[in-house]
Amino acid sequence: MNRRLFSTVRLKPDTTSMMAIGVVVAVGWLAAFPVAGQAPVPRAANRNTAKPYVAPRTPDGQPDLQGFWTNATYTPLERPKGVTKEFFSPEEAIEVMKKAALEENEQTEPGTVADVHYDFTQFGLDRSQGAMAVNLRTSLIVDPTDGRLPPLSEEGRRRAAERAAARKTRGGPHDTVQNEPLGSRCILMDRNGPPALAGAYNNDYQIMQAAGYVMILTEMLHDARIIPLDGRPQLPPNVRQWTGSSRGRWEGQTLVIETTNLTDKFAFQGASENMRLTERFTRTADDTMRYQFTVEDPSTWTRPWSAEVPWKKTIGPIFEHACHEGNYGLYNTLSGARAEEKRAAEEAAKKGSLK
Amino acid sequence: MRKWLALTGVAVTLTVLPGAGQTPAYRAPRAADGKPNFNGIWQAVTEAHWDIEAHAAAPSPVLELGASHAVAGGLGIVEGGTIPYKPEALKTKQQNFTNRLKLDPEIKCYLPGVPRATYMPYPFQIIQGPKFIMMIHTFAGAVRTIYMDEHKEAPADSWMGWSNGRWEGDTLVVDTTGFNEKSWFDRAGNFHTDALHVVERITAASPNHLQYEATIEDPNVFTRPWKINVPLYRRMEKNAQIMEFRCVEFVEDLIYGHLRKQPTK
Repeated sequence: MNRRLFSTVRLKPDTTSMMAIGVVVAVGWLAAFPVAGQAPVPRAANRNTAKPYVAPRTPDGQPDLQGFWTNATYTPLERPKGVTKEFFSPEEAIEVMKKAALEENEQTEPGTVADVHYDFTQFGLDRSQGAMAVNLRTSLIVDPTDGRLPPLSEEGRRRAAERAAARKTRGGPHDTVQNEPLGSRCILMDRNGPPALAGAYNNDYQIMQAAGYVMILTEMLHDARIIPLDGRPQLPPNVRQWTGSSRGRWEGQTLVIETTNLTDKFAFQGASENMRLTERFTRTADDTMRYQFTVEDPSTWTRPWSAEVPWKKTIGPIFEHACHEGNYGLYNTLSGARAEEKRAAEEAAKKGSLK
Repeated sequence: MRKWLALTGVAVTLTVLPGAGQTPAYRAPRAADGKPNFNGIWQAVTEAHWDIEAHAAAPSPVLELGASHAVAGGLGIVEGGTIPYKPEALKTKQQNFTNRLKLDPEIKCYLPGVPRATYMPYPFQIIQGPKFIMMIHTFAGAVRTIYMDEHKEAPADSWMGWSNGRWEGDTLVVDTTGFNEKSWFDRAGNFHTDALHVVERITAASPNHLQYEATIEDPNVFTRPWKINVPLYRRMEKNAQIMEFRCVEFVEDLIYGHLRKQPTK
């Protein structure tokens, strides 16, 4: 695939924090840094000195979160092994981002399996080609402070073992469509969550607020979460959905969404259907929003854990992501696996007849 | 000058209303920007999802489903009763009907397109703002964004099309193009090509219903533009909400089942 298109293909035109590749990346992110609302100083100290940002209001008086946002990031959920601090310095953070951007732009070897995929860079899908908030954190997980998922509870360990055993009885990854990952099946992706976590591309969201509701449209899978704010109870406990049951409320400047009624099939980071999710959206600047979430699931982890990632304003529109309708990849994966088996069987038969 | 404007106003009102056939007196509550407030959960109550033309009851195309999924008879929603197909297109429609179990995109959980999404037997929610009006449908989680202030040509073809909206008095007028040729109008094989152009006119007719009219044009298939009319009713339950309907999971064995690894003998 094509390296020379890097500097010329830009699907999304510029805002101040959007950038091209390479050197421009660093300049763009450095320029973006002061408005990202992140600081390496402890938050308590920060709170005393910095004047809190007050978001504009909607006509009915809610903090206005509306617009197009992206949660694109190179920061991993868990702190990488070998990194011991909670925050990078701005210079280090830019270095890490630059390195990640270059790796993302790296070209696959022609003739290899990895090369049989459209070129993300060519189609403007690399994270470095769109808006991205600078995050000084070394992991999205902020609690526990080691930046890693807490240990599994006894029940969590038992279930993980059971799930692993069940996987083995289901056969190979391409034996049947149900063995393929949820994302490949266009059922649920990490951008959808909940909680919403960035992936390699299409990390775009549109938020709208109407009286009594917040609507969060995730580009991936044209997935609209409609969150009622009227204090109604969650769905009955026997009603389980991929994205659960979500109810919202305002706590000052912050939109708080509580989600329950998840399904065992989703199993976010290995969670059970008992997982309880609390998401918090707080605007910290005109173009930045803090997204925090806390996962509580004693039947999986020994303690709750929390993560945080800045969302950055981006530009629309969000185009239709008809994933299932054009899922040639899934079809070809399965039919390819069957063709391989047929070929292997024919070869084995040939060998047998030669004996 | 003022008199002329007033007359134009009358003319517009007259052209808006005759299709709806509703009392013109109803004035909808206002949204923050002064426009009629269409926020809510709505649903068509009609048999048109089986066939938008008038039709008698008929057996289910699937033997095992017996009467539970039999076709309910209905008087249709097409103004004048029939769709003005070109002769060749009518043949295609009939073939579609014959092969509907194989060809109907609804069966495969594909995005339903427009106007089909509007009168499927499921609720949809309108989230209304001054710049965007979203229609979020139960079926397949289909989403339409209606662009109210930045009108553009469709950047590419899609299932749900590209919708530019405007207010004509108290009527929301949505002009949608940029469709692919893959969606249908109903379960009876009524179809269109990628030349489809839909203009919807939506007017509040009472606190709890909207009058929905759509003019449908596709010179590849129809001899002239034609109209459908259907009321949309508010879902009145206090706890009404759009439930998740990720039907992809329900159709995987149907679509990919033949690619399952066969047990070795």
